Amino acid sequence: MTGIVSYGGYVPRYRLDRRKIFQAMGWMDPSTASNMRGEKAVANFDEDSITMAVAAGIDSLCGMDRSKVDGLYFASTTMPYKERLNAGICTAALGLKDQVRAADFGGGLKAGTTALLAALESVAAGGANTIMVCASDSRMGRPASGEEMIFGDAAAGFIVGNGEVIAEFKGSYSITYDFGDHYRGAFARFDRKWEDRWIRDLGYDHFLPEVIKGFLSKYGLKIQDFAKVIYDCHYGAERKKLNKMLGITAEMDQGNYQEQIGHCGAAQSLVMLAGALEGARPGDRLLVVSFGSGCDALCFEVTENILNKKSGRGISGSLANRAELDVYEKYLVWRDILPAEMGLRSEEDLWTRWTALWRKRKEVLGLWGSRCLKCGTPQLPAQKICVNPECGAVDQMEEYLFSDKKGQVVSFTGDMLAASYNPPAIYGAVEFEGGGKYYFDFVDCTLAEMATGLPVTFSFRRKYYDKKRDISGYFWKAVPVKEDK
Amino acid sequence: MASGIKDKVAILGMGCSRFGERWESGAEDLMVEAFTECLADAGIEKKEIQAAYLGTHFDEVNVGKASLPLSLALKLPFVPATRVENFCATATEALRAASYAVAAGAYDIVLALGVEKLKDTGYGGLPGGAGRGVNARMEAANMTAPGMFAQLATAYSAKWGISMEKIKDAITHVSVKSHANGAMNPKAHLRNVITEEQAKKAPMIAYPLGLFDCCGVSDGSAAAIVTTPEIARSLKRNQDIVFIKAIQVVCSSGEEEMFTKWDGSHFATTRRAATMAYNEAGIKDPRQEISMMEVHDCFSITEMVTMEDLHISPKGGAYEDIMSGFFDLKGQVPCQVDGGLKCFGHPIGASGLRMVYAMYEQLLDRVPEERKVKNARLGLTHNLGGFPWKNVAAISIVGRG
Repeated sequence: MTGIVSYGGYVPRYRLDRRKIFQAMGWMDPSTASNMRGEKAVANFDEDSITMAVAAGIDSLCGMDRSKVDGLYFASTTMPYKERLNAGICTAALGLKDQVRAADFGGGLKAGTTALLAALESVAAGGANTIMVCASDSRMGRPASGEEMIFGDAAAGFIVGNGEVIAEFKGSYSITYDFGDHYRGAFARFDRKWEDRWIRDLGYDHFLPEVIKGFLSKYGLKIQDFAKVIYDCHYGAERKKLNKMLGITAEMDQGNYQEQIGHCGAAQSLVMLAGALEGARPGDRLLVVSFGSGCDALCFEVTENILNKKSGRGISGSLANRAELDVYEKYLVWRDILPAEMGLRSEEDLWTRWTALWRKRKEVLGLWGSRCLKCGTPQLPAQKICVNPECGAVDQMEEYLFSDKKGQVVSFTGDMLAASYNPPAIYGAVEFEGGGKYYFDFVDCTLAEMATGLPVTFSFRRKYYDKKRDISGYFWKAVPVKEDK
Repeated sequence: MASGIKDKVAILGMGCSRFGERWESGAEDLMVEAFTECLADAGIEKKEIQAAYLGTHFDEVNVGKASLPLSLALKLPFVPATRVENFCATATEALRAASYAVAAGAYDIVLALGVEKLKDTGYGGLPGGAGRGVNARMEAANMTAPGMFAQLATAYSAKWGISMEKIKDAITHVSVKSHANGAMNPKAHLRNVITEEQAKKAPMIAYPLGLFDCCGVSDGSAAAIVTTPEIARSLKRNQDIVFIKAIQVVCSSGEEEMFTKWDGSHFATTRRAATMAYNEAGIKDPRQEISMMEVHDCFSITEMVTMEDLHISPKGGAYEDIMSGFFDLKGQVPCQVDGGLKCFGHPIGASGLRMVYAMYEQLLDRVPEERKVKNARLGLTHNLGGFPWKNVAAISIVGRG
């Protein structure tokens, strides 16, 4: 039996009320008022599709042994690198073993379902036992465009395997068209599109029925056989029309989070799938359909295992961890749309030494340190000579993963002098549960929330962006643990 | 067992430039200014200098590497010169090297000079990552100096259960006192008296440190010429002579940074360096025996915890001492008698020698009555370079006779 073993999701903490966008930019095009409802999820200044994919991947692990993962398929249309495997950065950050198959799936917005399909078929064919699939996007609409309001940032993660699956893979059907509804050229930052009416009337109206009907006919099923139909279409009126056309009842229609997150590109159908799994019952049949340069339709049947499965924070947990982005201009600065003055410290040219990064890759990307075999002291960064003054053993260290540990705040400050996209820069010392200590930036929090003794977890984030050389550098930051509201 | 250098080295002369935003002066000008005063004070000719040590830190925006900036600027007489660098302890390292050279008998008369030209960096405060190497770019928090030291306050509050409000009261007193002292000093960078209200209302730099909790970033240079006690006595007949009683430097092992025993509220290095310096100088009870101090008050909170690390205040007791005026100019152990890093200024590579200069002029009774320390016998200077969790602590003790 092949299928989904575990799932996870990630929605960034900050949400931008769409009315704020309209208040700022509506004067350019009053018709964008039609997209003004709800809020969009906005990646923090140090988040991108890689860091969100890692967060969703971690969520999907739910305590699973990460050394059992044989591969990682990463789907996104907003990968930071065109050359340098983005999935490779994710595997290092996730602490996966080196002997994994990793691939980037990009291009059309159906890349997410295609990656999931590829993982399912790799496992079914016996090519791998366990593959993680992460889909994540952080697309940008030009200020004053409808897309600026419609798009949101989010990620989903799945572990695909054999045996104890929570949702068995039952088949798929795909279509591919070079349909230029949305596109971005090789050097474009912002999405462009053709007319909405054409996208609705030719795109959604034709392709979704085609792929769904094709699937049903291939497997001899009816739409009523499904507990949930999960499909990508952000147009509200069009969803109603399609539901009616295809016989999808209100109960069967898995919400698309348009008013909580926004359209999250290649992750859209998979974020919806992760959300659907949270409420799924044994025996439920799920149909997942993507849209973008064609469509994939995938069918799953939920098993008894879902009742005993430990789950992570998921989409609903992520959604509950919410903070309002107080001003629209912050979003513009975080996305580097508005070139704000950050002072001389932001211009320091300390460029990436690839050789040094290679040597320290486990530490920098995975937050691996060492633990002394003689006295048991965990230490970060990894040391040759034990830092415990009572021990001092030489070269008796084993690798030790810190990223999955909890910690607590020992000291902190809020720094107005440091170059930051979100001053004050909050940082301080953190002690890890079980030993070890490090100085981390704190994110997704305010200075007023900080206190010594506060529990924290660790999040993979973009540490710097070197504009001159187009390099995104990553490291870990500490996130204070809050009660989910 | 090594006996240390107590009374084996005498200070023959000292000089110090005016500190401040010396827009008109380059590092070379500042070196000449400090050196000219130093040489005249020593009462020797330049050709008698047998070796020299240059202390400077930010070489990329300053004078560049090697010792040549010193020998070229001063036109030294073809003597061995060496550049030393150890963060904010740089100038004390230059003095230590010069003193050790004399104590070892390698040379009779040696120059130590520190200089820094910070106002060519373009920064208010210090530049960022250059001093921390390539690893700082790849990992760790995006920190600045005030943010690193500000954390002492939150950790100290947690350790001793002293509220952040009380800590702010104490560090405000520290800054107000330094401004009062600096205002009387014609060579100091910041010469304005401030009120507690001003200090507390100032813009936040790094919580809980406001603008007045941070030291001045200045240009400046300071110098000393050291020699043997015999030469000093022969050249300075019937005059008081200042001797080196101790110079100790302690560097972190990584224990504070990585081992969880350290609580972030104090300086492990300063504590050890102080014990070593008191032993070298033969001081049993520093609270009673030390006459005055210049400590590394890069930030007001640093000065506060340093009072405990130097074994002057009891652990957890700095608040009481500070608020009672114990470290004020007319208190029992005056601290920052010349304004400190806070107001005299902090050109990194010159600060250690500037501190010794402040002690030296007090010990030789060369200061006007208004800022004079009564019965000054032993002066302590203290530098701290780096981060609270990994640093270089340097302490020197100088005294008469």
